[in-house]
Amino acid sequence: MIVARALIPGTLAFIAAAALAPALPAWLISLATVAFSNALVVLGLIILWRAGLVPFGQALFYAVGAYAVALIGRYTPVRDAFALIAAGALLACLVAFLVGFLLARYREIFFSMLSLAMSMILYGALVKTETLGSTDGFGVEPPTYLGYAPEGAMQHLVLFWVVLAFGAAAALLVFFYFRSIAGALAVPVRDSEIRLEFLGVSVNRLVHLNLMIAGTLAGIGGALAALAIEHVDPNMAYWTTSGGFVFVTILAGAGTIAGSFIGSFVFELLKSVAYDLLPGTWQIFLGAALLVTILFLPEGLGSLFVRLRRASPQSKGAAP
Amino acid sequence: MRRHGSRRSRRPLFVFAASLSLGLSALAAGSARADEAPVKMGFVTFLTGPAAAPFGIPDHNAAELLVDELNAGKVPAPYDKAGLGGAKIEPKFVDESGSAADVVTQYRNLVERDHVDVVVGYVSSGSCLAVTPVAEELKQLTVLDICGTPRIFEEKPRHYVFRVNPHATMDNVAAVKYVLGKFKNLSVYSGINQNYAWGQDSWRDFKQAMKDLDPAATIDKELWPKLFAGEYGAEISTLLTSNAQIIHSSFYDGDLESFVYQAAARGLPQRIPLVLTAGESSLWRFGAKLPDGAIIGARGPHTFFAHESELNTWFRRTYVDRFKEAPIYPAYDFAQSLFGLKTAWEKAQAKKGGARPTNDEVIAAFEGISFPTPSTTVHMALGSGHQGITDTAYGTYKFDKVTSKPTVVDIVRYAAECVNPPAGIDSVAWLEGGMKGAKCE
Amino acid sequence: MLTAFAIATDGLVYAAYLFLVAVGLSLIFGVMKILNVTHGSFYAFGAYGAAVAVGMYFDRGLPAAGGFLLMVLVAAAVGLVLGLILERGLLRLFYGKDEIIVVLVTYAAFLILEDVIRLVFGATSYTLYQPLGAAGTLDVGTFVLSGYDILLVALATLVALGASIALKYTRWGHLLTVVIFDRELAAAVGINVSAVYTITFIAGAMLGALGGAAMAPKIAVTLGIGVEVIVLAFAVVAIGGMGSIGGAFVSALIVGECRAAAVHLAPQVELFVVYAVMALVLIFRPQGLFTRAQPRKI
Repeated sequence: MIVARALIPGTLAFIAAAALAPALPAWLISLATVAFSNALVVLGLIILWRAGLVPFGQALFYAVGAYAVALIGRYTPVRDAFALIAAGALLACLVAFLVGFLLARYREIFFSMLSLAMSMILYGALVKTETLGSTDGFGVEPPTYLGYAPEGAMQHLVLFWVVLAFGAAAALLVFFYFRSIAGALAVPVRDSEIRLEFLGVSVNRLVHLNLMIAGTLAGIGGALAALAIEHVDPNMAYWTTSGGFVFVTILAGAGTIAGSFIGSFVFELLKSVAYDLLPGTWQIFLGAALLVTILFLPEGLGSLFVRLRRASPQSKGAAP
Repeated sequence: MRRHGSRRSRRPLFVFAASLSLGLSALAAGSARADEAPVKMGFVTFLTGPAAAPFGIPDHNAAELLVDELNAGKVPAPYDKAGLGGAKIEPKFVDESGSAADVVTQYRNLVERDHVDVVVGYVSSGSCLAVTPVAEELKQLTVLDICGTPRIFEEKPRHYVFRVNPHATMDNVAAVKYVLGKFKNLSVYSGINQNYAWGQDSWRDFKQAMKDLDPAATIDKELWPKLFAGEYGAEISTLLTSNAQIIHSSFYDGDLESFVYQAAARGLPQRIPLVLTAGESSLWRFGAKLPDGAIIGARGPHTFFAHESELNTWFRRTYVDRFKEAPIYPAYDFAQSLFGLKTAWEKAQAKKGGARPTNDEVIAAFEGISFPTPSTTVHMALGSGHQGITDTAYGTYKFDKVTSKPTVVDIVRYAAECVNPPAGIDSVAWLEGGMKGAKCE
Repeated sequence: MLTAFAIATDGLVYAAYLFLVAVGLSLIFGVMKILNVTHGSFYAFGAYGAAVAVGMYFDRGLPAAGGFLLMVLVAAAVGLVLGLILERGLLRLFYGKDEIIVVLVTYAAFLILEDVIRLVFGATSYTLYQPLGAAGTLDVGTFVLSGYDILLVALATLVALGASIALKYTRWGHLLTVVIFDRELAAAVGINVSAVYTITFIAGAMLGALGGAAMAPKIAVTLGIGVEVIVLAFAVVAIGGMGSIGGAFVSALIVGECRAAAVHLAPQVELFVVYAVMALVLIFRPQGLFTRAQPRKI
């Protein structure tokens, strides 16, 4: 009962967004499509976050998902969006599975740096691949949806609905994951691994699992982003892309599923306004907006960190 | 005592985010609703980041200058009509910095939110490639400016996208011809290029052209520093141990300057001449610090290589008066793009008896035309009339100690049809096929 | 043989560059446990400051030695001012909060400072070429070494020695070391951790600015030079171990030599080198090369 009630605001929000879409201006829909694709990556980030891990290399899976879509579209006649996204998700999951054997053994800053290293290695490989256009990247063909090939303005509307559907599904799955045992165990991983090990849980395996979920979500996000932007390039695997996801995560008052979507959307909107009003100084605007949010949204950010803060007093610091 | 995960603590976040979103959407949409008379033009270039200095600033300067001068009708013939056919140009500048997602989002904003009539710009080939299919989808007249990749019109025919400036193939074909003119039987050469698409494409074209024209030449060292690496000690050491007769580099501005200063300090350019395909842009800053003998290109007949004309004299003079420095090739590139658009616009307008042309009419008028620019004459000869070609030139650097000014001597010009692929064949295929169809004297 | 010599010297020069760039970050992270993204801004401001001030100095034809001294002074000044403003004005508002919040704050500050640079110095690039010429060259057979590179290596060694000695033998050094080990214990024993933080941050800022100032004559000082430096610095610090000066030094040497070898022998691999080294080191030494034994908290 409680669970069902908790789902209501989210469900309503998704339905409202889907219903309002045809009435909204095209540029806003395109912007929202990109934002919600990124929100999926952020969703994956939260899962690792709860376990006390901050990956700086989610761009690896994002790029894998995106390039899977683009490569299949380029070398095969397959155009179906769902097939492409599934391929991206599967490939990202596989990569997360393989990479996880190494990454799951690390914690804290080393986890972050190693995951960054992985994504930069993919970046380097993509830059060196001249047949794929190197840093210029290449284009993604417009997809079809189970046989339906939308024209003109419908293309973006349909993609938006598809992104919303994936977003809702992901949000729901993560919601239930958090309430599952595996999900609940994430918090103790951050607090005290040793105790968890004594309980008989293999922490490394848990981290590996979380990595795979986060990687798959990031891969789906990347696949959707590739369809939305209609272009892929190695920059999708670059560390600044990963950094962008991390910062949206924190900005959003992270840890809340709703926060992922709201935060991603607000961030894209902020960027657009910044580019529009201050073409030469949009970074100041963005930085100031970030600072203001941190300073004046202690509730949103604070509730997460009270929940997840390590029991050790070390993090409280010796602030005067 | 704080209750964990209580819905109460999240509601302020929702309210804040919702109102912020609404406010921002309104703010974002409220910008720039135009009236019909002026021509709204979106100008996209690098206003921030490391590409701002070499490209964004000259681009932006040229844009500001030309918009003001055109609107005032002060440009010499045949561009003396105010604005575009009498309609004033209303510019809106957008920064090209950011990911491909950002560039595409900003393009859509320009077209769907700000309702611009034309979009002109884009320096990075990656941006051009990302934006082109969107331009076609939105049926938005777009003139690509500085980006050099030949892929734009070779991958697919385009209807709404034009590029006045020639692509980068001719830079390296002409470079090889000039080098072989100076080094009759070149046997060994090396290259240092940035490890990204521009550097890779430049080196590929240079190598292939060399294979076509001097098959006996071999490559000694191929170096691939990161873009914007800045520190080239190891690369310079490697080149110092090389037995190459020339060193090819497509470096530009910041990287080029760092490389030249560091290399000159260790005697490299004095030992092995540098071939700098984009070197013109930094000549004013090098002064005496670049040793004489470097082979210089300007990605077209710009600045030192520009043909004498009233238009050229006017352009240089007004630019120097306003910005206190000489225009470099990105500024010339921009001028070419805008004058091409103006020519097409006014031709379509004349066909309509003076009425304002629609974008489709401008497009029809744009295809295949030729028009004068401060540097030379452009012919829209490739890509079914959407891609321009011009002649080009290379020269050798010489610092004039008397006037303390950089100069270029031993200038050799190459006709457009000699160094550009003919219509109907891809650049890479043309080079690999021995440059068949090239019309040189 | 020449190639081996070239690799060795090139590796040293690049290592000097890496070390100068990373040492400030290592200090700040070791003491304050903050991943200071603004480090890139310290580097950039140091470079711009040197380009402007030292450029003006040399234009007046004053003696070269003074010019080099001025570079260090400018870096110290820039680091002091920036470090003070940031630490006192911004960071201390967030000390009680989670570390990741502080990282976000430094990132926001970095974004703002990037555009501040553009507003103050403009978008054109600056070049400070005079020190390069003033330092001359050293001929080793047919091979030419730049005198400035040699000076860089000397500077890096000086900084490494100075920092190690300061940490080991001065009072402030001891205080910093205690806080690196255990912040809580330090506070319990009566150490003014807040003052230690400020001193550390300013020291880190000065070192970051010094890295920028020292590199200014070799690079084109333009917008965006801070960005690449951040990841490089992080990588070096991760390899070497957090808060360890010696670790940063050794890791810089390793990465420097590997990269030099790559450039000479396998140029295509150069892109990967830093990350590959980092991955390899972390596989065998998960906490980095030089870490202190961490007591396990149960």
